[in-house]
Amino acid sequence: GRARPSHSEPRGRDGRGGEEEEEGWHQLYPGHIPTSQLQKALLAAGSAVMALYDPYRHDMVAVLGETTGCLALPNLRDKMKNHPEGYHILQERPLIRLSTLDMARLQGLPDGSLGREYVRFLEDNKVSPDTRMPPKFVDDEELAYVIQRYREVHDLMHTLLGMPTNMLGEVVVKWFEAVQTGLPMCVLGAAFGPVRLSTRKLQVLATELVPWAIRCGLNASCVLNVYYEQRWEQPVESLREELGIFPPP
Amino acid sequence: WRLWRCRCRALLSRPAGRLWARRGLAAGPEMHFGFQTVTEEERREKIYQVFESVAKKYDVMNDSMTLGIHRVWKDILMHKMNPSPGTLLLDVAGGTGDIAFRFINYVRSARERQLQRKLKHHQNLSWQEIFESYQKDKFNSLGDSQVVVCDINREMLKVGKQKAQHLGYSEGLSWVLGNAEELPFDSDKFDVYTIAFGIRNVTRVDLALQEAYRVLKPGGRFLCLEFSHVSNPLLSRLYDLYSFQVIPVLGEVIAGDWKSYQYLVESIRRFPPQEDLKAMIEDAGFFKVDYENLNFGIVAIHSGFKL
Repeated sequence: GRARPSHSEPRGRDGRGGEEEEEGWHQLYPGHIPTSQLQKALLAAGSAVMALYDPYRHDMVAVLGETTGCLALPNLRDKMKNHPEGYHILQERPLIRLSTLDMARLQGLPDGSLGREYVRFLEDNKVSPDTRMPPKFVDDEELAYVIQRYREVHDLMHTLLGMPTNMLGEVVVKWFEAVQTGLPMCVLGAAFGPVRLSTRKLQVLATELVPWAIRCGLNASCVLNVYYEQRWEQPVESLREELGIFPPP
Repeated sequence: WRLWRCRCRALLSRPAGRLWARRGLAAGPEMHFGFQTVTEEERREKIYQVFESVAKKYDVMNDSMTLGIHRVWKDILMHKMNPSPGTLLLDVAGGTGDIAFRFINYVRSARERQLQRKLKHHQNLSWQEIFESYQKDKFNSLGDSQVVVCDINREMLKVGKQKAQHLGYSEGLSWVLGNAEELPFDSDKFDVYTIAFGIRNVTRVDLALQEAYRVLKPGGRFLCLEFSHVSNPLLSRLYDLYSFQVIPVLGEVIAGDWKSYQYLVESIRRFPPQEDLKAMIEDAGFFKVDYENLNFGIVAIHSGFKL
């Protein structure tokens, strides 16, 4: 459903049932903060500046994505709706969390399988799927799920593309995602991310990695249409082939 | 014009009329927390959490939201106070120390002027005697002035102490954890009581005012610096626009905390206007209660005396 944008009332840290009743209908999903158009515009500008100024402010990148995704997100949602597996995902709304993943089972899978490689990626780069920010400023709860799915699937993108979580790897993944999703945040990240890289890395980026990422992005079918949780046993190579992602250089 | 107003409305979408109509403190156990209705205990808890979360970015946010003007307001408060060396100040809800540091600077320069005047009058003394009297006074650069910073929130006090250390303030400064509604001090102790941008967050303002009266010496002065009401209609609309549209965004971008700053702008709207606060201060027993509007009422300094 769509929200009527309004000044949001503050919620307590532990949303108390009684007083939520009055403002409840403004809030479409837990964590939702309804915003006016002007506020979204200011947020988009402010978060873009802050994300560039302080690259460790991942929350700013997230906010930028939410406030600028008004065209790209419905597009993505429609792509998902029109695909059998994507439709399935929208119905069931799976979440990738440490609590929903059976880490022991994934670790036990053979090398080269999606599950094993994903866990290896998490361990090597010391990241966890629980650090993704939940959406706040998307005024449609289905689109809020779409952007949340996109964020949670990001680590799997790293695994499929074979890119680490350093600045260079992140930029490459952003280029891929920009082509795949059309989210302005990805486009901006892809364009401005390289600003902080050394010239040597920039060269590698420009000559090999970015063209490859773009080719993959264009060739591959929509990555949000894959029900990853049901494909942990599938070998990464076969999944890459299925999607149309070329092997990394 | 009508078209522009309709578009503005769409862009800004003001909240439901009845919420705006609720003014002042709700009666009985129900109170306001911004535009929500909560019990007293819930309100105290929520406000504690707000300041716990904003403490580290408090000063940065103050500068961004007011474009640095809050410094001028605090300076004006200090000038109005015009403390002489030897004054004992209690700064309640003083958290990060802005008023306390200004007080110390003020009495320090007042003290220097005092010493210089003293030296001038003693120009007939020998070099030895002048040097000795200077030495004696040097270790009393504040002239026995003291400020006690009292705040209910540990995080804010922590930030204040760190700031003091960083800026080199040590003498004449004490930090006390305490509740404005129930101060941990004896009666008739302080020369001046200040509460800057804090009284809005107190749950029982009447109790805080009574406590202020109690701990002040006879002849002591009560000073309150707080956001107040803008009567000019055009300015009021611009102010509302800025408060509701820009400030929570600043909170999100700078401090990563939308909700605390949403609470802040709502709590300003809920707080009693100038005349009402004046009446409350008089009710607590203060005399010669008066207020001065700064920036057309965006901020007001209320003053009263215990006689």
